[in-house]
Amino acid sequence: MAAASPKDTTSPPTWHGIVQQTLKRNEIRLVPYVPDRVLTTLIKNLHADPYFTTFPTAREEEAVGIVSGAWMAGMRSTVLMQTSGFATLANVLASLAVPYQIPLIMFVSERGTLGEFNYGQALVCRTMRPVLDSLAMEHHTITRLDELEFIADRSIKQAITTQAPVALILSPLLTGGKVFDK
Amino acid sequence: MTHARNTKVMNRFDLTQRLVAKLKDEAVVGGIGNTNFDLWAAGHRPQNFYMLGSMGLAFPIALGVALAQPNRRVFALEGDGSLLMQLGCLSTIATLAPKNLTMVVMDNGIYQITGAQPTPAAGHTDIVAIAVASGLANSSWAADEDDFERLIEQSLSASGPSLIGVRIDDKPGTGATRRDPVQIRERFMAGLGVRELL
Repeated sequence: MAAASPKDTTSPPTWHGIVQQTLKRNEIRLVPYVPDRVLTTLIKNLHADPYFTTFPTAREEEAVGIVSGAWMAGMRSTVLMQTSGFATLANVLASLAVPYQIPLIMFVSERGTLGEFNYGQALVCRTMRPVLDSLAMEHHTITRLDELEFIADRSIKQAITTQAPVALILSPLLTGGKVFDK
Repeated sequence: MTHARNTKVMNRFDLTQRLVAKLKDEAVVGGIGNTNFDLWAAGHRPQNFYMLGSMGLAFPIALGVALAQPNRRVFALEGDGSLLMQLGCLSTIATLAPKNLTMVVMDNGIYQITGAQPTPAAGHTDIVAIAVASGLANSSWAADEDDFERLIEQSLSASGPSLIGVRIDDKPGTGATRRDPVQIRERFMAGLGVRELL
């Protein structure tokens, strides 16, 4: 088998590459986050891209406050977090994002399912969709690379035009998840 | 004895009126409860944002406004009990260091609105010292009303974010904000030039 020269190879699309490009296409520039292992490459690449202002916050609700303020002042943003971080958000969703009609765009890396090794994470994960459903919030669980761009791009546009929050849940089927390796 | 205990005990509504009297098109974010009630009572302005929940997020919301509009001065008014819920935001603000952000902490050591119970910080914690230790070098207690006005003026030309601590009495807020979140947001966005009201 002949080895292809590096020039001829185009790297296959990655989930994090698609997320980064979709954010850019929708002019989302501000990205506060609380990190997660699965999000590491996305966070690193967003930091490296001067188009984005990317920074960590101490809590997820702090990030929601920041992007709410930025939206009202004319800047589009998104928040990156893990399932357990989403579990801290019920109060701010119900008292800020939903009633004030803020198009809060959240990417949630899903822990707690499909091979979870920490029982606490598995339980926290089960609180996420009931909270989203109780507030009638739009949410999608993204499992396939070929559907990611469509779901993310359309959901971002819908959030902005309908002035409603959306949660995009990144399934281990998409990202590989975090596996017990010790 | 902390430096805070050497400062005059002032009044939230009086201080808020003194701030509002200086304003033109600056944004002001009023924290949950009495802090935004007094902001409302000091005279509604379209550049005011009133929080009806999400205790502790006045400074993060103001940070977002400051990042999105770096040429507009942003004031954030927050209670001591609220700030205690979100101390980590001081580190975030110190790191991003927007020079157009002025934070005011209204410190009465109590949860006035729920029955004046003391906060866990009331006896031993110096909130301005926490801010300094978080990296917010321009953090000071206001000794009295004149000093408060001086610190507000000083913050306008600061090279980084400023935080002003004020000791206040146990009086409740004056008046009450109209609790219409969509109207509050829509007016605020119009006040910031992001949208036109139809």
